[in-house]
Amino acid sequence: MVKVVAKTGNEAMAEAMRQINPDVVAAYPITPATEIVMIFAKYVADGLVDTEYVAVESEHSAMSACVGASAAGGRVMTGTSSQGLALMYEILPIVSSLRLPIVMCDVNRAISGPINIHCDHSDTMAAQDFGWVQIFSENSQEAYDSLIQAIRIAEDPRLQLPTMVTTDGFIISHCMDKIELLDDADVQKFIGGERKAATRLLDIDKPVTLGLIDLQDYYFEHRVQVAEAMRGAKKIILEVADEFAEKFGRKYGLIEGYQLDDAEHVIVALGSTCGTTKVVVDELRAKGIKAGLLKIRVFRPFPAEEIAAALSKAKTVAVLDRSDTWSAQGGHVFTEVRSGMFDQKAKPKMINYIYGLGGREINLELIRQVYTDLQNIEKQPLVQYLGVRE
Amino acid sequence: MANLKELSKKQEPLTGGHRLCPGCGASIVVRQVLLASKDPVVVVSATGCLEVSTTIFPYSAWKVPFLHNAFENAAATMSGVEAYYQYLKRKGKTSQHINFVAFGGDGGTYDIGFQSLSGAMERGHDLTYVCYNNQAYMNTGIQRSSATPKGANTTTEPAGKVKQGKTMNRKDLTEIMVAHNIPYVAQATVGNWADLTRKAEKAFSIRGPKFMNVLQPCRLGWAYKPEETGVIGRIAAETCFWPLYEVENGVYKITKPREKKPITEFLKTQERFRHLFKPGNEKIIEDIQAEVDQRWQSLLAKEAMTAKAAK
Ligand SMILES: Cc1ncc(C[n+]2csc(CCOP(=O)(O)OP(=O)(O)O)c2C)c(N)n1
Repeated sequence: MVKVVAKTGNEAMAEAMRQINPDVVAAYPITPATEIVMIFAKYVADGLVDTEYVAVESEHSAMSACVGASAAGGRVMTGTSSQGLALMYEILPIVSSLRLPIVMCDVNRAISGPINIHCDHSDTMAAQDFGWVQIFSENSQEAYDSLIQAIRIAEDPRLQLPTMVTTDGFIISHCMDKIELLDDADVQKFIGGERKAATRLLDIDKPVTLGLIDLQDYYFEHRVQVAEAMRGAKKIILEVADEFAEKFGRKYGLIEGYQLDDAEHVIVALGSTCGTTKVVVDELRAKGIKAGLLKIRVFRPFPAEEIAAALSKAKTVAVLDRSDTWSAQGGHVFTEVRSGMFDQKAKPKMINYIYGLGGREINLELIRQVYTDLQNIEKQPLVQYLGVRE
Repeated sequence: MANLKELSKKQEPLTGGHRLCPGCGASIVVRQVLLASKDPVVVVSATGCLEVSTTIFPYSAWKVPFLHNAFENAAATMSGVEAYYQYLKRKGKTSQHINFVAFGGDGGTYDIGFQSLSGAMERGHDLTYVCYNNQAYMNTGIQRSSATPKGANTTTEPAGKVKQGKTMNRKDLTEIMVAHNIPYVAQATVGNWADLTRKAEKAFSIRGPKFMNVLQPCRLGWAYKPEETGVIGRIAAETCFWPLYEVENGVYKITKPREKKPITEFLKTQERFRHLFKPGNEKIIEDIQAEVDQRWQSLLAKEAMTAKAAK
């Protein structure tokens, strides 16, 4: 039975966590993710979940405790943002190399400095190389649905890689939205009961040594194993999404096209900005302009072929990046999308906009501006800043 | 307490053939602590000599479950392991008792891992944290730590023409752990197996967070002959450079040496202090002696005070 409720992104994620009922949660508060673990802590206090909640003294310890609990055999979750995620960076690649299917809610927030609590994607993007599956959400519903799917994705025996689901700080995390909740029992059935870990530190009779030192003769092979698993992740993510669609009617992919099939001018974006862009696409379509949107839902593994195929017929493409690489070559998404297009015979002309850093507003007017620019693309620089004061 | 004969019949938790230096005290600490457990143990280790020398893939010297995560987070990592175990127990999925033991060097415990250790102790996890304390970062080549004593020669505070090794006194982590009000804190040393084993047994018999600070002479970093590790550990206790004591629920109990020897007896056994015996450095030795005396007096006072309070 579907229940329609009004929830913020944080509430939606906490609700999904309640329904998942993980074995261990270790977390540390940081705006704008604090609420998720706060609401969840109340669920623990009220006995609504069976979870062992470890209120650690830092995010570094949160992720470290998650490693311990997950290596021991548990289903483990956490949530964080920005500096909190940054404090976890040291441990994130250890998680993936140990093949621990920890699931994390990351509420996207700008990285210091200067300190800023509002949304951009610089925290998640800086973590892109650590072997975590990364799924972005356009709204609370997607965050909720993706978090439930993340358990299945991460724990799939073929993958066993940690997975993070992100929302845009404040824009999604704190804004009330209509969402359809699943039944508790349906969630439990979908995630499939307890985690079945292949190796468990707590297996006293079969002692394992985990986290060994790898020298020149094995490290490389172990890193390649993570890469290979990640390469196979797309298939698993889609299988899980298909099953979710079959059971609950909401369909997700690695990417999503909006008015994309015959689009001449396309914006590529992630997260909540996609919702804003859809409004402008509708406006332009009403005027007969062939505008379209390509939303990237899964950023790791990067769906390069799918994106290349989806963009192959476009004339012009603007990639919107809510983070900068400081490479003087454009943002994270831009460089990946452009690289993905290299082998296409017919390539659209492509430009990049860095926008919305530190929560700077991205509104309909700015998105309209991008589509106008796309219609005069010859006059545009390769990389520009959207909505920044001169 | 188990006697040597009984201990020798138990299955070794850590096999020989690991790559620690000959004469290394770290493996002695591990074996003596783990052999004291009558229940199964699960081990987490911080990055350091112990971990890198016992787990070179595809080999492992560990006969018990072992997890290494990173340098500064052994306590936090073990918190997670223990949390999941508590979950299993609460859900009735296990009834077997397990002793959770985290090992860290002084660097991974006193310095970079201090926060993680303090957090885990405050949260009250049922685990025993054992610091194998060789008073420097040995794994990266004998750099000073906050456990390094004044005057010691290290590669980041070397003895030179105008500086004579470490200028500051050591941090007293054992006392900081006592201030956490945890049920059991102990100081022991390699070379005193009966004392160490008894303290480990005691730790394992108590539920909640336990901390053991075990002085571990390091033949590489302290520079002495490999066969002298145990002897030097004992001299550390006899000079009260490393008093043997335990604090159970706030009550101090000191194992006093028959006769308190001068600190020079300890200093002269090792290369790291050799420069202190050059003319002009008398004052440093005096300072070290003064520090040892002051700490010893304060310890005796604490014992007297808490014994009275306990009665
Ligand atoms: C974050 C981080 N910083 C630095 C290091 C390098 N490092 C590895 S072991 C070590 C020193 C370990 O010293 P200690 O904890 O005293 O143990 P020991 O080497 O004496 O066994 C250092 C500095 C690291 N692994 N991680």
